[in-house]
Amino acid sequence: MFSRLLSGDLPRSRMLTLLLLGVLAALAFAPFLFPGAKALNVAAKICIFIVLVASFDLLLGYTGIVSFAHTMFFGIGAYGVAIAITRLGPTWAGVAAGTGCALLVSLLLSLLIGLFSLRVKALFYAMITLAVATAFMTLASQLSDFTGGEDGLSFKVPELLSAAFSLREAPFLGVSLNGKLLSYYLVFTATGLLFLLMLRIVNSPFGRVLQAIRENAFRAEALGYRIVVYRTLSNVLSALFATLAGVLLALWLRYNGPDTSLSFEIMIDILLMVVIGGMGTLYGGVLGASLFIVTQNYLQDLMKLASVAATPIPFLRDLVHPDRWLLWLGILFIVSIYRFPFGIVGKLRLKARPPA
Amino acid sequence: MNPSPPAASPLDELPRVRRDLLPLALIPVIALLGVPLVGSFSTWVTLTFAGLAMGMIIFIIASGLTLVFGLMDVLNFGHGVFITLGAFLATAILGPLAGWTTSERILLNLGAVLVAMVAAMILVGLVGFLFERAIIRPVYGQPLKQIMITMGGMIVGEELIKVVWGPQAIPLLLPAGFRGSILMGEAAVEKYRLVAVVIGLIVFAAMFWVLSRTKVGLLIRAGVQDREMVECLGYRIKRLFIGVFVAGSALAGLGGVLWGLFQQSVVPQMGGAITVLLFIVIIIGGMGSVGGCFIGSLLVGLVANYAGFLAPKVALFSNILLMVIVLLWRPEGLFSVGKQ
Repeated sequence: MFSRLLSGDLPRSRMLTLLLLGVLAALAFAPFLFPGAKALNVAAKICIFIVLVASFDLLLGYTGIVSFAHTMFFGIGAYGVAIAITRLGPTWAGVAAGTGCALLVSLLLSLLIGLFSLRVKALFYAMITLAVATAFMTLASQLSDFTGGEDGLSFKVPELLSAAFSLREAPFLGVSLNGKLLSYYLVFTATGLLFLLMLRIVNSPFGRVLQAIRENAFRAEALGYRIVVYRTLSNVLSALFATLAGVLLALWLRYNGPDTSLSFEIMIDILLMVVIGGMGTLYGGVLGASLFIVTQNYLQDLMKLASVAATPIPFLRDLVHPDRWLLWLGILFIVSIYRFPFGIVGKLRLKARPPA
Repeated sequence: MNPSPPAASPLDELPRVRRDLLPLALIPVIALLGVPLVGSFSTWVTLTFAGLAMGMIIFIIASGLTLVFGLMDVLNFGHGVFITLGAFLATAILGPLAGWTTSERILLNLGAVLVAMVAAMILVGLVGFLFERAIIRPVYGQPLKQIMITMGGMIVGEELIKVVWGPQAIPLLLPAGFRGSILMGEAAVEKYRLVAVVIGLIVFAAMFWVLSRTKVGLLIRAGVQDREMVECLGYRIKRLFIGVFVAGSALAGLGGVLWGLFQQSVVPQMGGAITVLLFIVIIIGGMGSVGGCFIGSLLVGLVANYAGFLAPKVALFSNILLMVIVLLWRPEGLFSVGKQ
């Protein structure tokens, strides 16, 4: 049954299984294990980014397409909910309407981009998506009546999810059962379901065709698969999942602005997460997102210590300055492309089954 | 009894090179279209010069990018970092030369800028060499990895610049002699823009000369068209490529100096911010074509300035709109380099 739940795509490495179970347990019991608002925030962010990174992996790792417009779809989801709730009020109908509209917009946009530009080389596609994403971000920050411009939109969520809502007066295991907890578990459950759904997709015959296209597009075409159709479908699917991740983000943060969901920094972050975790396997997304976000939030504290220790040495002090954490992750990114192109997951799987 | 040579053998007369000059006409067409739209003639002159200056700087930056792509199918997403580096080097060099830059004598001003440009070109060229060795060399022929690894190079480069110069914006003041504007009739044209146009023209002329009149240029052009054939003829195209890459980065460094002076302040993100514009330019021009890149840059510069004056909100999309229109007309870009 377990294998069926994971669509037959088992971790295939004891170490990897342990790591994944560790992440799962940590996320499932995060509110009880790690008290405090910051920890819960980190956990929720990890969940959301697991969906986002996995959806990007569907495109990059499984189909072999580099897109820089992935945060655009993430942003559409977040803006969809934000705008709908601002207009319709904090009701579930508003959330549903926003999600629906966002999915529709993403569907049309990704279809359009896909049909127009997936016929060309990978490079061209990367450039076109970069241009489109930049234009979209400018659009979002310009249409301030609609999107709140640079300031973004703060909004209320349905009462069930708001911090004021309380399930029970007495705290349970030291954690008050309020709407914040509920919304965490909403995010967590949705992440689980979406992840399993994506696992189902990549392990279906359709997913196999995508992998075939990644490996050798020419041969796949020769076998009778219309690669444009498959690439476009993969593009659309990954856009839709990214949109849903955006919806979760908006519901969790109760705020959305250009910097939280659309910015190019996030695009780079998810690229790093996919590559460090491992391309071409959704588990890589889980590990990559967890590692990256934990690093992002806690490496800086560590670096602060190092920076204080290195104060007398001028250049080194700047190298380990807490704001330079991206430098180290960037180096890790380059090294991982060279040394272990299939990321942490690939490395672990190779170790589990040494070449015959 | 000697056989008379065939009067006009088809071999004697090579087929003439068909020159495709139509895209050249685009620049005056766009510029003339600007006249009625802008309305006032003097404003038009100002805007046109601003557009040309911007276009020239973009050309200097983008030409290396397009050649590197044409020669080796390498698209460097980290090209922006060379621009940033050039601009930051300019602040580092012009700072100690304050005596020259604030001097009233224009020759000293020019000298300071020249020193900054040459130093930036050399240093950025050197960095480009290392970048090629460390980052691009191992991933030839793997476009997916190339895109990602050059992106990674960009991230690390930008962070290193922040390590050295700090994350904040640094003002980069124009030398005294280049400040202000001169009046042409009623139109005010900023002096620095004229300088930028002149420098851009010099670079274009030099590049045109190298590419069309020297053996190296011949090899580069041949390599862009058909790399394998050039290799078959015994030339080491990889070595040629390193040269082009270094030259391209050096030009990006030069462009960075000019762009930094144009903006009068430099931030670590400036290179990344302009990358999209560079891609638009080389797509418009036809990937790998230097002439197309030149026209594309000027078009982008002009359109950006006219649109910025007429409808500031549309201006943000004007470049993408321009690209779409050009691609509808010529899907391969203005000048297709005729790859297989």
